[in-house]
Amino acid sequence: MEHLNYQFSRDHEWVKEEDGLTWIGISDFAQNALGDVVFINMPEVGDEVTAGDPFGDVESVKAVSDLVSPVTGTVAEINEELLDSPELLNSAPYETWIIKVENVTETEELLSAAAYEEFCETEA
Amino acid sequence: MGIFLPSTPEERQEMLKALGLESVREFFRDVPEEVYREEALDLPAGKSELEVARYLKALSEENKQYQLILRGAGAYDHYIPSIVKYIPAKEEFLTAYTPYQAEISQGILQSIFEFQTMICELTGMDVANASVYDGATAAAEGVSLCRSRKRTVTLVSGAAHPDVIATIRTYLYGVGTELKIVPVKDGKTDLEALKAMLTPEVSSVYFAQPNFFGQLEDSEALIAAAHEAGAMVVMGCNPISLAVLKTPGELGADVAVGEGQPLGMPLAYGGPYLGFMATTKKNMRSLPGRIVGETTDANGNRAFVLSLQAREQHIRREKASSNICSNEALCALTAGLYLATMGPEGLRDAARQSMAKAHYLAAELAKLPGVTLPNPGPFFHEFVTALPKQDEVLKKLDEAGILGGLPVDGGLLWCVTEKASKADLDKTVALVKEVLA
Amino acid sequence: MKLIFEKSRKGHSVSVLPPLDVETVSLPAGMDRESALRLPELSETEISRHYKELVDQVYGVNNGFYPLGSCTMKYNPRIDEEAAALPGFTGIHPLAPAEATAGCRKVLEEAGKLLGEISGMDAMTFQPAAGAHGEFTGVMLIKQYHASRGDVNRTKIIVPDSAHGTNPATAAMCGFDVVNIASAPNGCVDLDALKNALGDDTAGLMLTNPNTVGLFDPNILEITRLVHEAGGLCYYDGANLNAIMGRVRPGDMGFDCVHMNLHKTFATPHGGGGPGAGAVGCKAFLKEFLPGSALMGDNAPIQVRSFAGNFLVVLRALAYILMLGREGIPEACETALLNANYLQMKMREIFTPAFDRLCMHEFVLDLSDYKKETGVSALDVAKGLIDRGIHPPTMYFPLIVHEALMLEPTETEDRETLDRVAEIFAAVKQQGIDDPESLHTAPHKAPIGRPDEVGAARNPIVRAEL
Repeated sequence: MEHLNYQFSRDHEWVKEEDGLTWIGISDFAQNALGDVVFINMPEVGDEVTAGDPFGDVESVKAVSDLVSPVTGTVAEINEELLDSPELLNSAPYETWIIKVENVTETEELLSAAAYEEFCETEA
Repeated sequence: MGIFLPSTPEERQEMLKALGLESVREFFRDVPEEVYREEALDLPAGKSELEVARYLKALSEENKQYQLILRGAGAYDHYIPSIVKYIPAKEEFLTAYTPYQAEISQGILQSIFEFQTMICELTGMDVANASVYDGATAAAEGVSLCRSRKRTVTLVSGAAHPDVIATIRTYLYGVGTELKIVPVKDGKTDLEALKAMLTPEVSSVYFAQPNFFGQLEDSEALIAAAHEAGAMVVMGCNPISLAVLKTPGELGADVAVGEGQPLGMPLAYGGPYLGFMATTKKNMRSLPGRIVGETTDANGNRAFVLSLQAREQHIRREKASSNICSNEALCALTAGLYLATMGPEGLRDAARQSMAKAHYLAAELAKLPGVTLPNPGPFFHEFVTALPKQDEVLKKLDEAGILGGLPVDGGLLWCVTEKASKADLDKTVALVKEVLA
Repeated sequence: MKLIFEKSRKGHSVSVLPPLDVETVSLPAGMDRESALRLPELSETEISRHYKELVDQVYGVNNGFYPLGSCTMKYNPRIDEEAAALPGFTGIHPLAPAEATAGCRKVLEEAGKLLGEISGMDAMTFQPAAGAHGEFTGVMLIKQYHASRGDVNRTKIIVPDSAHGTNPATAAMCGFDVVNIASAPNGCVDLDALKNALGDDTAGLMLTNPNTVGLFDPNILEITRLVHEAGGLCYYDGANLNAIMGRVRPGDMGFDCVHMNLHKTFATPHGGGGPGAGAVGCKAFLKEFLPGSALMGDNAPIQVRSFAGNFLVVLRALAYILMLGREGIPEACETALLNANYLQMKMREIFTPAFDRLCMHEFVLDLSDYKKETGVSALDVAKGLIDRGIHPPTMYFPLIVHEALMLEPTETEDRETLDRVAEIFAAVKQQGIDDPESLHTAPHKAPIGRPDEVGAARNPIVRAEL
């Protein structure tokens, strides 16, 4: 599985490096816990994100959860497709990035896929 | 039996016994002794329904009911068709809770959905919410939804209703946004002054069309100036006037708000009234308050639900943009019913008649010696006259059962609706003439 | 059901206005509305029948049992409606001269006096139009008070985690940071957590007592004392005032300001979500900060809506208080407590109370175990109740109890009703054991089945296509 190469934060975001940017999405565990995602609030391109701070949130019908950034840097791209099709976060969490970050100056301590799986078991 | 209690003291005693208790006092066992009151409060003894009915009737008669009301300033005396008074009084509409349980609340939900659609039609905007408390809070919520981190100043036209200005000021004081008042010139928002005030920190501009003085603003110029500076526009509207005036949607406003009271609600000493709010599709998720959406049920039937709830306080808590958790549902139902009863032709007629009669009164008053119209611009159904012996004029009219214009800076602010007949207005003018003679 | 727009027929209308009897005037060029005004066109018969169809799909408290916890759905007396329809009240312009509005002003004054006595407060405003609006007003009093003393570093409002969502949202709207404190296991304020949260940055505490699980906090005097010692003020959320009215006053518990939901405690109708009224009372030292109307010349430091508030709602509340009087107010309260405890006793045999002890005016059931056994959730049970003709209780609130159902029967139900309701709950419980699927898909007898809320939120349709 491709996502085995991803790294994970304890706030259930996945992180990968590609094209010189840091891609961020949410894990399968996170989308399961949220239920049907109906909307996502995202930052704007050019906004600064800070490791450990929220950069947006995802809404299900009866809940809202913060998206916590695992890195500090500048938003280079946002996935605009999600504004019309937030359900992609449910159907394909690992193929669906939310933001891409550049000029990363700080990264939280991240977990490997295996370690994250263990972490989720203790959470569940 | 107690008042509105369906059980007798004996039955209640039996229930207590079933609970293994001696006295209702035991329910208060966690209450510290020093705050539990054994003795009665200093309230009057309970009265029978007949006594209360008589007492309130008598209080109502201490008010003066005018035969003719020529005063508006935010509360408008339009005719309310009989059916518009009758239907909202039905017990189900009246005594239902907020429609959280969609399956048994389709009637309320559909009435709100229809209201939202009619507000969109009136304003020319894409989406409307289920209503807020009144026009002043709609304006305050409207400028609040335009706030952004980078833009921290809100401009409000000095020609807006004083209560609207004060309410916006209070809401903005709460969150620490700066409010600046745009000066008034000849009864209208001063466009040049506005342009000078439109710095990059301005998030939005609020003005009303028609404004507090009844004058029609040059909306196009005001909106163009705001947009050029990157600010959003919140436009206050009189809903009756929207039947004939260019809509906020046509003008490119970002948010349209207003006082819905003219749509079938009585004057009632100021409330309950109805705030309406509409905006563009882009800003839909920034709208505060309830929004009803259409969907389908498990069997594919049309169904209505409270939608987009994740914006709201019960889910977002301290991150919600507003704490509002109700609307004025029965007033929204009333407004929808009023608009359906009047229909497109009837609403246009009410608007045209109000405007024509206001112009007739203004013209007739202006013929009297010493009476002038200080504001030169076009107006809808309110206008200001400067006249000598203002207090005597009002007193004379009052004695004849006529509530004359409201004293404001610069003179009297009059309002005429479709309810006034030509004969009423001629009589008014004759009385004013007598005083001025 | 068809929308009113779908019933529209070109040319159908209601005859309302006489012909215009003065000369018409035109708007200046460029100011005319250009787009069509697509309001529905119907005859009066058609309108009457449309709303009849709508009203048949609405359930009000006067139609049946409505145990919505935290909402105080008591019977709404008809006399209130008669009073609120008197032309001597409905026809009064808010800006008419003082001598022409003496009756209205007396209504507000008298209601203010009576509610002040009930709440233990010295001054009252009726400008707030709802409970949440009253909260906003009350917290703005706190903000102004600190500001007037130059005490500008008090930036935090403390809110227990069991609080209604409006509390933290209100504090944020007033520009405060919200400090959420965890409840003690009994749902009451954890004194240690409170002490840790208090400091010289504390602006105030927002609290409802009895709290949202229906328990009276025995430490209330200690709580308000601690907040005052830290220099903060105490705000009483009157959502649960029905549980204490006539016996305990927020003012005596140490609260400095309070809002009262006239549409709950004082029996004014909810109207399907408003209009309500959120009267706000305060102690004398806060009176100077109360809101008023700029145009009515109140000369007040703040204003929260136009004019004097929802006058006709206040009038209804006054009618109610006058009828109950000094004996009826505590009697209503005590009967509400009796009914809640009686129903809780009956329910204990069916579902698990979240806090198994005497309650005040409402209690919470915890269906977690039942859900584990049957797979049937609190939501499923609620929908099953609809099929058996009663309005469901409040679901999933407070947030500190999982699978919560919260019941508040109020005083206007008799024992037979409560007995019957318990039987209905038992029957639904059994249905969940025998045939859980039938509850997952309930209701079956309502005008619609479960709506697709996910679809509604993902692809919002919030107006009709015309």
